Amino acid sequence: MLRVENISVFYGDAQALDDVSLSVDEGAIVAIVGANGAGKTSLIRTIAGMHRPASGRILFRDTDIAGLSSHQVCNLGVGQVAEGRQIFPSLTVSENLDMGAMLPRARAKREQNRERVLAMFPRLKERIAQAAGTLSGGEQQMLAIGRCLMGEPSLIMFDEPSLGLAPTIVHDVLKTIRDLNAAGITCVLVEQNVAVSLKIASQAYVLENGRVTLSGTGAELLADERVRQAYLGI
Amino acid sequence: MSGLWHNAGWHGKAIALLLLLAFLAAPLVSDRYLLSVLILVFYFAYLGQAWNLLMGFAGQLSLGHALYLGLGAYTATALWTLFGIGPWIGVFIAIPVAAAAGMFVGWLGWRFAIEGVYFALLTIAFAEFTRIGFDHLQITGASGGLFLSVNGPGADKWWNLGGGPLLYYYLSLILAVGATFLVARLRQSSLGYRWLAVRENPEAAQAVGINIFRARMIAMLISSSMTAVGGVFYGFYYRNLFPSQVFDISRSIELILAPIIGGLGTIFGPVVGAIILTPLGESLTGLMEAFGINAPGAKLIFYGIVLMIIISLRPDGVWPWLARHLKLDGARK
Repeated sequence: MLRVENISVFYGDAQALDDVSLSVDEGAIVAIVGANGAGKTSLIRTIAGMHRPASGRILFRDTDIAGLSSHQVCNLGVGQVAEGRQIFPSLTVSENLDMGAMLPRARAKREQNRERVLAMFPRLKERIAQAAGTLSGGEQQMLAIGRCLMGEPSLIMFDEPSLGLAPTIVHDVLKTIRDLNAAGITCVLVEQNVAVSLKIASQAYVLENGRVTLSGTGAELLADERVRQAYLGI
Repeated sequence: MSGLWHNAGWHGKAIALLLLLAFLAAPLVSDRYLLSVLILVFYFAYLGQAWNLLMGFAGQLSLGHALYLGLGAYTATALWTLFGIGPWIGVFIAIPVAAAAGMFVGWLGWRFAIEGVYFALLTIAFAEFTRIGFDHLQITGASGGLFLSVNGPGADKWWNLGGGPLLYYYLSLILAVGATFLVARLRQSSLGYRWLAVRENPEAAQAVGINIFRARMIAMLISSSMTAVGGVFYGFYYRNLFPSQVFDISRSIELILAPIIGGLGTIFGPVVGAIILTPLGESLTGLMEAFGINAPGAKLIFYGIVLMIIISLRPDGVWPWLARHLKLDGARK
């Protein structure tokens, strides 16, 4: 469904991604793990059209999306739940959700999607008229996911969805991701919480200093000696 | 606006109607001086709406709106003095001229990621370039200024914006009310929501697929076009134009005061701000004249002091606070 082929990304002179390739099959959960500064967020932002790769191709359903701008990529069905619960704090929960349905592809089905999202996250329904900035961290993450779903994505990239959340909430978020996947949405999951993300991933890649150094199924990487030492501390 | 109107409580509607009626009837009881103050109130309310659209809604700080004001003023007055083309036609040429300048500044800034305070500097720079350019443009009188004759053929007719203060009074009132309606409508539209998203969190706006460049450019397009119309009004009302005056940074600054004092990003903030600030500034000028003090720039210093006092007391501006106290539910608007 998504194929990243040999992309390199630079910020000025600094190279963020070096010849990175990966592929995401339809219906999969693909985990991308790595330390801080390894290039995970750069990878997601590049796929999302927020950075232009210096070289390489990004194929989404066989169209090259490298070089498209972010709103065009979004409208093809590539959703993004960005790092750090990027919501609109002074707008209400309801308005935040509507923002997700601004895409041409999702406008007509707005009411339908809103009902679906509110059924999935009853807490959002309770707080529908509240300013989003007053929600708890977990609720804000739910709102960010719900808002992304309003755009009818067929693939969602989650950037550190468990960052800064209490362990029970982390569990809820990961369950949500699994549920969405079961409902047919392909997921790309960038996480520092390596053990958990490898457990739910069908395919995984390890990024180090902007390069893919290891890949395999989630279970293979969990069993890999290098991964266990570097990321799991075992 | 219709949504806003239906949402407003009965006392909100009553206040709005009473105020409008009072302004409509004001010329019956007021003298020339009071009328001229009210004209300035409406003029600054109108320009405040235009600027607030870009800053308050789309979150982009322009400190160079004198550029669009001056281009609008110069285009329409030059068309009139040089070719005899009246302002009602001239305004439709003034708008695209100023809008093109606005689009260029916006494109340059947002395409090359010049954001925040650097964008503000860019807007100042363009207003200054243009001022210097017009200082040397012979066809519009260069630094010597452009003057509109008062008694040329047809100069006193209303369709050439000649005639007395009454015409300018109602014209400025229509501009201010019309701009408020327009802004209220835009605020409720999907474009208005896009602006808020871009203002609140550009990163998140991008993540949900909003074209932030386009949203900002549209805000600039509308804001610079509206400001150009204000410029046409300025040119014909004062009937003389000097680059050092109309393109000066003090023009850019004075038109942003009303929305800041009234409440950034609110619909009625610019109106409330203009109603508070303009009469204060004019009374100061009047007082100084009465005491025979000649201190150019005193008004700007005074505005600065008022700004500091109000911002330290009501950081969100006067309107949200006022709306709460009058129990109007438009506090956020």
